[in-house]
Amino acid sequence: MTMLESTPRGGDRRAARGGRARGPGGGRHGRGGRSGRSRGARLGPAARRNISAYGFLSGALVCFAFFSWYPMIREFVLSFQRNNFVDAPVWVGLDNFRTVLQDPAFHAAWVNTVAFTLLALVFGYLVPFAIALVLNELRHARAYLRFVVYLPVMLPPAVSVLLFKWFYDPGPGLFNQVLRLAHLPALSWLDSTGTALLSLVIVTTWMNLGTGTLIYLAALQTVPGELYEAAELDGAGALRRVWHVTIPQTRLILLVMLLLQIIATMQVFIEPYLLTGGGPEDATISVVYLMYRYAFSYGNFGGGSALGLMLMLVLIVFSAAYLRLSRDNT
Amino acid sequence: MKAFQARYPNITIVSRDAFPCIVPETFQAKLAGGQMEDVFYVYYTDTQNIIRNRQAADITPYLGGVKRLKDINPPYLQAFKDAKGRVYGLPRKAYTTGLVYNRKLFARAGLDPDQPPKTWAQVREAAKKIAALGPGHVGYGEYSAGGNGGWHFTSELYGRGGDVVTPDGRKAAFNGPAGRAVLQNLKDMRWTDDSMGAKQLHRWEDLMRLMGGGRLGMMVGAPDVAVEAALNFGAKIEDIGAAPLPEAPASLLGGDGYMINPKAGPDRIKAALLWLDFRNLTPGQGQFDHRQLKSLGRPVGVPENILWGSGAGAAREDRELRRRYATVPVEHFAPYEDGSANVRPKTEPPNAQAVYAVLDGPMSAVLTRRDADIGRLLSEAEKKVNAVLARTGG
Repeated sequence: MTMLESTPRGGDRRAARGGRARGPGGGRHGRGGRSGRSRGARLGPAARRNISAYGFLSGALVCFAFFSWYPMIREFVLSFQRNNFVDAPVWVGLDNFRTVLQDPAFHAAWVNTVAFTLLALVFGYLVPFAIALVLNELRHARAYLRFVVYLPVMLPPAVSVLLFKWFYDPGPGLFNQVLRLAHLPALSWLDSTGTALLSLVIVTTWMNLGTGTLIYLAALQTVPGELYEAAELDGAGALRRVWHVTIPQTRLILLVMLLLQIIATMQVFIEPYLLTGGGPEDATISVVYLMYRYAFSYGNFGGGSALGLMLMLVLIVFSAAYLRLSRDNT
Repeated sequence: MKAFQARYPNITIVSRDAFPCIVPETFQAKLAGGQMEDVFYVYYTDTQNIIRNRQAADITPYLGGVKRLKDINPPYLQAFKDAKGRVYGLPRKAYTTGLVYNRKLFARAGLDPDQPPKTWAQVREAAKKIAALGPGHVGYGEYSAGGNGGWHFTSELYGRGGDVVTPDGRKAAFNGPAGRAVLQNLKDMRWTDDSMGAKQLHRWEDLMRLMGGGRLGMMVGAPDVAVEAALNFGAKIEDIGAAPLPEAPASLLGGDGYMINPKAGPDRIKAALLWLDFRNLTPGQGQFDHRQLKSLGRPVGVPENILWGSGAGAAREDRELRRRYATVPVEHFAPYEDGSANVRPKTEPPNAQAVYAVLDGPMSAVLTRRDADIGRLLSEAEKKVNAVLARTGG
């Protein structure tokens, strides 16, 4: 008889068996026989090119089906079930939704998530744009500064978050040391209900600053220089040039980034998970963090899925707006 | 394992290192994917949830084959039972929380390391003196995030004679003098004495790091903290000592054990129990093979495991072996081991994880807000815990 035992330490490590979807890679159709050639001839060069394209696409479709669409369908189904993954699942109607709606942390999680998203818009949206504007005006060291701004993106998020854990330490932490040097009162940062959420926004902004800045910078470089020259001749100062030339010319990318940022920040998880555990007093608990608690702390996948479905419905609105915007401008 | 398989050649053990299998993220996925091992590792905190979700096999009919079952201190087996007394697993390691302290800091602060605090008033005084050693020194450290705060609140509440829930498990019971005393004591240490450091929202690894760095004077914990801090966080184990929880007639029991896959058949369950009995419940064998542990360089002599009832022969046998092969000063842990016989182990509340998540709130509030209103915090937490218990049927 063979008995399997999971142990805390020792033994061989099991290799991950992720489903590796392999696309057909646009392989050759047929073997050069007559039927293959004649079909190819009938389809014409455009269709043949499309067959290759569909071949390449099928790899991505398989990946999306396995790793995105199937989990979404499973989440939808699970949110209406009680499932212990041992017995047959039981359909429970809207019970899981009632459970999470009655959870005392539910309200706090949504309020925090919306507040986080709005604060992240103020900081995470405007700061990279402002930096991009400055970088775009620079004549020297532009490449070096672009590298410096992008550097945080290269750090694994967990490393960045743990770095900030030290920055925010109310005792020897970097931020309070700076405040003390400036003869300003020290802050409690993560340890205060008043500043904890804002502290998380600062971390998120810092981590994502580089990507946003580079995208804005690329957009700014497409603005024709003569528009600025004309504005200058008309006597427009720097701010008016930004308002009347830069923003209208980059409107599309600004809108797309706005929607993408909302979709991303509403799913905030790693920052509260690693920095605050949702505290103090639920001041930083987010919807996704509450989902995590349901699924992995309470073993209630139904409740976690119900929360996920609610969040998905909200995000679908923004995603639809994004798709509409993309379609209208292509 | 060789010794076991020589005795039972018809049983083959395939060991899979699922570390960190104590992380719950993989548990449901393995069950869902049909990849759960026949025998799997769990914390006490999770056992009741797993039993309620029917995710472990009922091993009651097979317990006749477990020779050392009668020697296990009954409360530690309780964590693996349902309301009807059916058993779903066996403990591996058990402890009650006590007070872990840094003897070196005690000495530097002019305190006697051989006389650890016996009352919370003495803890306060000792914490003040240790914090006064200089910047970065924390007299007393406490958890308040990630569910760890609620876990320690429960421990300290039990120590003061309180309860988290009513005996029927349907209502919160912590909003009383014992609950207020726990929070008031922490609030006083944090804000009046300033002996707990400025950084709060600590989770498990944060206090381990502080203990490992030699800057933490005291924390609630069991002697396994000393081993963990020494092995993984750089502490010198000879600097650490442990004592019973101050003033405590009872304390929260903790530990871990093994449960069995509900899809395992009778033969596999029987084989699993033979292995668990041999590996985890036999003095001088498996986890209690102190001679081998010493040869592997593991710290030996720390009473990490008080699984046995105090009158059981196994307890005496294990203590004797542990002392014989000790690599650490066993007298540093004697106050804990001697005192734990008088401390009643108490099990965790129902829905422990959800209840602890709520109780993190008052713990983090008194440690991060000078103006925290303890009465209001407890009343709000009481309502929330009642909602949790009502929702899940207690």
